Amino acid sequence: MLALKAENISKQYRIGQVGTGTLSHDLNRMWHKLRGKEDPYLKIGEVNDRTIKGASEYVWSLRNINFEIEQGDAVGIIGRNGAGKSTLLKLLSKVTKPTTGKIYSRGRIASLLEVGTGFHPEMTGRENVFLNGAILGMTRKEISRKFDEIVDFSGVERYIDTPVKRYSSGMYVRLAFAVAAHLESEILIVDEVLAVGDADFQKKCLGKMNDVTKGDGRTILFVSHNMTAIKELCNKGILLNQGQIDYQGDILKSIVEYQKNSTKESSYRYNGNLDEAIGNENIRIKEFSVSPSCGELLDIESGVHIKLVFHNYCRNINLDATFELKNYEELVIFHVGKLVSANNDSKIGEYTVEFKIPAGLLNAGNYYFKLYFGKDQKILLFGVDNFIGFEIENIKVGTMMHIYPGIIRPNFEYKLKTP
Amino acid sequence: MNEPQRPWTEIIEARHSLFDLKLKEVWKYRDLIYMFVKRDFISSFKQTVLGPVWFFINPVFTTITYLVIFGKIARLSTDGAPPLLFYLSGVTLWNYFSSCLLSTSSTFAGNAGIFGKVYFPRLVTPLSVVISNLMRFGVQFFLFLIVWGYYLLKNEIHPNLWILATPFLIVLMALFALGTGMIFSSLTTKYKDISLLLGFGVTLYMYATPVIYPASALPGFFKKLAFYNPLTGIFECFKYAWIGIGNFSPIMLIISTVIILMLLLIGILTFNKVEKTFMDTV
Repeated sequence: MLALKAENISKQYRIGQVGTGTLSHDLNRMWHKLRGKEDPYLKIGEVNDRTIKGASEYVWSLRNINFEIEQGDAVGIIGRNGAGKSTLLKLLSKVTKPTTGKIYSRGRIASLLEVGTGFHPEMTGRENVFLNGAILGMTRKEISRKFDEIVDFSGVERYIDTPVKRYSSGMYVRLAFAVAAHLESEILIVDEVLAVGDADFQKKCLGKMNDVTKGDGRTILFVSHNMTAIKELCNKGILLNQGQIDYQGDILKSIVEYQKNSTKESSYRYNGNLDEAIGNENIRIKEFSVSPSCGELLDIESGVHIKLVFHNYCRNINLDATFELKNYEELVIFHVGKLVSANNDSKIGEYTVEFKIPAGLLNAGNYYFKLYFGKDQKILLFGVDNFIGFEIENIKVGTMMHIYPGIIRPNFEYKLKTP
Repeated sequence: MNEPQRPWTEIIEARHSLFDLKLKEVWKYRDLIYMFVKRDFISSFKQTVLGPVWFFINPVFTTITYLVIFGKIARLSTDGAPPLLFYLSGVTLWNYFSSCLLSTSSTFAGNAGIFGKVYFPRLVTPLSVVISNLMRFGVQFFLFLIVWGYYLLKNEIHPNLWILATPFLIVLMALFALGTGMIFSSLTTKYKDISLLLGFGVTLYMYATPVIYPASALPGFFKKLAFYNPLTGIFECFKYAWIGIGNFSPIMLIISTVIILMLLLIGILTFNKVEKTFMDTV
């Protein structure tokens, strides 16, 4: 049975300053309406791409979105920043209404776009549980019944009668999430709230959300950039790109599609003015490239050659360049560093670091580098995440065309005895 | 496999009826109104030494100020009523109206943080404001009763049965503040100018209302004009009932009621229209 159905929903925003133009547009709109004509500003508007300066004041944050969600599904909504994820959640949680289209739902929708909405610093933990619960749509009776459970889950029992302004931020979040976790709604909408709290608590939250879908058969929509969490929790995915659905279906496929789209350039080279290259007053990166060690194509057997050229401005320190390779799940594959100068003798000028990832180590897939420079292997001089991305192509082994499972795909030397 | 399909329980769409007030939903969220009122109370006096005594301090000092400035220096008429009682009644009523109006008119701008993150019937917020102000009013009214009782014992005033209309007056005033407050709050989401206007507008409006003077003191033309100020009827009725002064007639109250109900309707409609999309413009 369907729990949610979206029919052709779009959302238009007017960007820029709301000021002198507002009143005249409003009047024009009213004039069209009076004559029974269509809103003149609905026709204009562009696809939402924040990297390009648009000509129109109106943008479509979401355009012609259609989807159906079965009851009991856990749907991960993924996409780059500005793809329309949050707008979609806002529409679903009725914070604002769509410009066109309809959303049908079965059952109560509870949305958790933020933890601790409406928490008042002067009120005690106990009072805030009731206030926050009421804001989320629970009755006082419901909250009283679950109060002990909520406090227990949050683990702040000792401070429950202390004003929350005295709480540590961790305690605050724990209490707030605990309230939300005990909502009894058929459909739960969660926006990246798991990014807060310590690892232990994050695990607990994920566990709780897992129970919600798998145990109680409730429907959950989940937005996150944490692919590992999404993979763990969701079975379906919706991939948004510039306000439109790029892919919907199986969660793993959605993630793969997402990664394909977001892979960055596989090399960076800057020849112009050094002050404008990526970096800061300590370090400027002149070149960073990823290329196959042999052949033309980056694949499993080509090996990977990495070259980094940078300009150092820090004299007489222990300078290191550290490379961290991550896969699409943001899992760190390796973390390696090179001490560029070990005896407090770094010089101002250009350094080059090259190394090779041997053939037959990395599995096929998308990877990207995090790069940082340190002093004494302790102090960060400059760092850049998600810098250079590249894809390792799969190759055919015998008749086998699939990508093997596993994070790495080492090429061992096998010894074989045959009969 | 054909499962029996339950009907959709909710449809979110671009268009909606202006007259769909969702009062049923507001009723469902009555616990939230209660919690908001409680929050207002707790938050106003936390970490103050005097606590709820502040409820009294404001009207007492305002009344004394008026007594000195308008009573002793400007020597405005009080229609023969004891000045202390006259000013206190005006201040008590006016405080309720102005605080209701000012806080409901900042509904959207002041709660954008919450409204942007979670849905509940927005009408809950202005309603809770009116109720929590009503409780403040209750306390201040108690102060008025004490002073009133003193003058009653001294036999200086002559109240009449219109006293029974007091709850109606209070509700009427609350609805007036609610209605206009909602209109202003809806306009403020897009045009911030309104909130600037409102700040001094309320102060000026006090002088257009018989708070510190009786309506009878107005010269001819202004008297007719004051007739259409919904608050005139309410203030005059109140003073006539409790102190027995002024030339109050029921027609004034009827005019007030009609105007207020019309404003309330406009207020609810604009509020209802704006609440759906105000997050985009606020």
